[in-house]
Amino acid sequence: MKIAVCVKQVPDSWAEKKLNASTKLIDREGVDAVLNDLDEYAIEAALQIVEANGGAEAGHSVTLISMGPERATEALRKGLSMGADDAILISDAALAGSDALATSLILAKVIERVKPDLILCGTESTDARMSVIPSMLSERLELPQLSFAGEVNVSADQVSIKRVTDEGVDSMSAPMPVIVSVIEKINEPRYPSFKGIMAAKKKSIEVLSLADLGVSAAEVGGAGAWSLVNDFNEQAARSAGVKVVDEGAGGNALSEFLAEKRLA
Amino acid sequence: MSTFVFIDHIDGVITKTAGELLTIARRAGEVTAVIVGIPGDGAKAAAAINSFGANKIIAIEDSTINDHPSALAAQALADLLLEKGATTLLIPSTARGKEIAARVAVRTNSGIITDAVDVTADSTATQSIFGGSAVVHSKVSKGIAIITVRPNSVEPESQPSTCEVEVISPKLNPTKVVISNREPAKKGGRPELTEAAIVVSGGRGTNGDFAPVEALADLLGAAVGASRAATDAGWYPHSHQVGQTGKTVSPSLYIACGISGAIQHRAGMQTSKVIVAINKDPEAPIFEVTDFGVVGDLFAVLPQATSAIAARKG
Ligand SMILES: Cc1cc2nc3c(=O)[nH]c(=O)nc-3n(C[C@H](O)[C@H](O)[C@H](O)COP(=O)(O)OP(=O)(O)OC[C@H]3O[C@@H](n4cnc5c(N)ncnc54)[C@H](O)[C@@H]3O)c2cc1C
Ligand SMILES: Nc1ncnc2c1ncn2[C@@H]1O[C@H](COP(=O)(O)O)[C@@H](O)[C@H]1O
Repeated sequence: MKIAVCVKQVPDSWAEKKLNASTKLIDREGVDAVLNDLDEYAIEAALQIVEANGGAEAGHSVTLISMGPERATEALRKGLSMGADDAILISDAALAGSDALATSLILAKVIERVKPDLILCGTESTDARMSVIPSMLSERLELPQLSFAGEVNVSADQVSIKRVTDEGVDSMSAPMPVIVSVIEKINEPRYPSFKGIMAAKKKSIEVLSLADLGVSAAEVGGAGAWSLVNDFNEQAARSAGVKVVDEGAGGNALSEFLAEKRLA
Repeated sequence: MSTFVFIDHIDGVITKTAGELLTIARRAGEVTAVIVGIPGDGAKAAAAINSFGANKIIAIEDSTINDHPSALAAQALADLLLEKGATTLLIPSTARGKEIAARVAVRTNSGIITDAVDVTADSTATQSIFGGSAVVHSKVSKGIAIITVRPNSVEPESQPSTCEVEVISPKLNPTKVVISNREPAKKGGRPELTEAAIVVSGGRGTNGDFAPVEALADLLGAAVGASRAATDAGWYPHSHQVGQTGKTVSPSLYIACGISGAIQHRAGMQTSKVIVAINKDPEAPIFEVTDFGVVGDLFAVLPQATSAIAARKG
């Protein structure tokens, strides 16, 4: 079984994120970039599925796929040190400014080349927070989708999940090849071991350009964008307000604050 | 302009988002409300949809359409939008709403904007990003403007209309997904988290005892939220989780009790109008974003606040 995991490099969650005034895109230059933490759960799920089914000896493998700038190799290296076998990065100057439609187009092209049996994604990238790529891949590749998985099981050619949303918990299954996106309740991603980090240095990261995929620059990036930012403005950061220390009347003080604000 | 609104409903009972989206859509003129469900759902929902001024109601009905969370609804919706020459689709920003929107965007080769908090008459969407630190105005530049709108973004305004429901039987291409069991989330008597005007949330500091959190919530008519630490521990259902991987809430008042204020929690509540926190630790990061903070034990502060408010209310 061949598993592909789509992973994204994103600005660190704790970093102060800004939009660039001229490009109107997320400023990725000045901030620390990390592997989208929700994608770590997808990598962990892939590794656990491989382990539960006989491991690499049984012919199972995990390939990471990412679209992003050259330095996204760092995020891929982290995934490789967790235990993925190899990685593909699609990187091209013309991809800058790509929106979800373009990203899904590119990822779909790569998935068609890799021909995995199982495609795993995180539920959302922590920067753009759109939560749309897995559904878009399902449409583009005409493959079944199992999303919001809080549990994944693979047996023979069937994948079954528990879908966890506000609407409830649904048990669903579909035959492979299938696209599965996982939620953060599914597992506890492993930390790369020293051995894993050393091994990852020797693993291959194939870098592909648009030309390699046969996609023209006009279809993607800022040039081909399906949506555009008109303008944006920064809001004053929330500032800390009143803070009282409870010395026996903290609850009363809270009640008075709410009364003053006409909130209760 | 030809604006379509996807009406969210449970068994023909529309959710609050339906009124909100219709209210926004009316700014652009004529509005077509589309409800997707099993036969009979359109008729059940008609009166409620008509109370928000729809100019046309189309019910896409098929007994198998709920056999997939999003794919079948998206097929039918995309076909309808193309056939009717829709220019804009508003759809609620829920887990399912976003999946349908993503699929419709691909099927109609259209741009998509998610999590809008407002949409103008010319379909310019306003988004509040990075925990409210920037406000962005964007527009779809290709195809139908597919915009998902966050619940609770506008006040629904009623306006009576009297449309008949036009029922359509879609041509569906079944998927390979099989749903073998459904356990709907238990709905308590409290308001929906994303729709509530007030949210009272508990975290690890409750140590599993949500009673004081619920007591204040009930007095205020509020919804109850939880941090991931609390849902992971099984103290509260996942559907109540607020934050990055839970729900995004933007109530008039958010009260965080025993929650440290990790960035992932703040991502889901930072745009609340007024934020209050009760935490033992004066250094807890939640205090960086609170309008009113009480440094203290929630088991002392909450009951006192609850009885003081109850006494004032009489
Ligand atoms: C990928 C990812 C996604 C995540 N998504 C989310 C998400 O959606 N939502 C979310 O909430 N978190 C999320 N988290 C987790 C987040 O990082 C924090 O771990 C979590 O929010 C902590 O919950 P907490 O504040 O309840 O617990 P803690 O951080 O342990 O804080 C408990 C607080 O309670 C206080 N306290 C203890 N006892 C009392 C008392 N008696 N009275 C008053 N105060 C008391 C303590 O001082 C402390 O500040 C995510 C993390 C990751 C990695
Ligand atoms: N640029 C990208 N490269 C690879 N995978 C991605 C990329 N963007 C999004 N994904 C995948 O799609 C999921 C949902 O992302 P999003 O729709 O952007 O919120 C992520 O968790 C990833 O698994």
